[in-house]
Amino acid sequence: MASRNPARPLSPHLQIWRWGPHMLVSILHRVTGSGMATVGSLLLVWWLAALAGGAESYATFQGVFTTDSGALNVFGVIIGVGLTLSLFQHMMSGIRHLFLDTGAGFELKTNKTFAMLTMVASVTLTAVFWLYLGMK
Amino acid sequence: MRSSLGRVRGLGSAKEGTHHWWYHRLTAGSNLVLMLWLLIAIARQPSYDYATLHAWMQSAWVAVPMALLILSVFYHFRLGLQVVIEDYQHDESRVVLLVLLNFFVVALGATAIFSILKIAFGAAA
Repeated sequence: MASRNPARPLSPHLQIWRWGPHMLVSILHRVTGSGMATVGSLLLVWWLAALAGGAESYATFQGVFTTDSGALNVFGVIIGVGLTLSLFQHMMSGIRHLFLDTGAGFELKTNKTFAMLTMVASVTLTAVFWLYLGMK
Repeated sequence: MRSSLGRVRGLGSAKEGTHHWWYHRLTAGSNLVLMLWLLIAIARQPSYDYATLHAWMQSAWVAVPMALLILSVFYHFRLGLQVVIEDYQHDESRVVLLVLLNFFVVALGATAIFSILKIAFGAAA
């Protein structure tokens, strides 16, 4: 197996560089992606399996996230807002990555601006999504 | 005479990677389209009870994109989690986690596809 020689020099890491939004967005991309791939995928498949399993199994699924009145409970809000915010952040920063792949947007100011825009966009889209659901 | 491409091909330490990189981008594009469809479709549901959603997913126009979404998203996160594991795990744990990742993706993906088809083909619940 790949064994590591501890004497090898390490490349400068997070604590060396002055923090900028591009670093936060890069980390957020990985964190949101990993979160959705584990928690998100399990919940998505549970939702599908519960729907396929019939009214009773669907009621069990719904009961975890909602109160008796049918509104989301605290856990439902945390999971719902958490997953949508993660999805929009990953989506916006993913679009940014596709542009960076073409070699565009690496000038310091442009790069910083678009890194911050991904976070502004994800918070805005999450708010719009839930306001739309709430106002229906 | 060998071209520059011919000379470097296969010389990287991993001997592979282009396929991984390209399919990550390709599924990113299909994820974008399919997830936007799902978000809008979910937001526009008249109700979120069992009868409404079950009837909704019985339509081929929902079951097919939903199955495509599972394939695209699961392929995408399979590639993504592989990179995460390779970045942080360096010993035997790397192999174990990569194997578990494959089992996780296939088991979960198969359950999802089965559920969608069961609803779409109208088997009694």
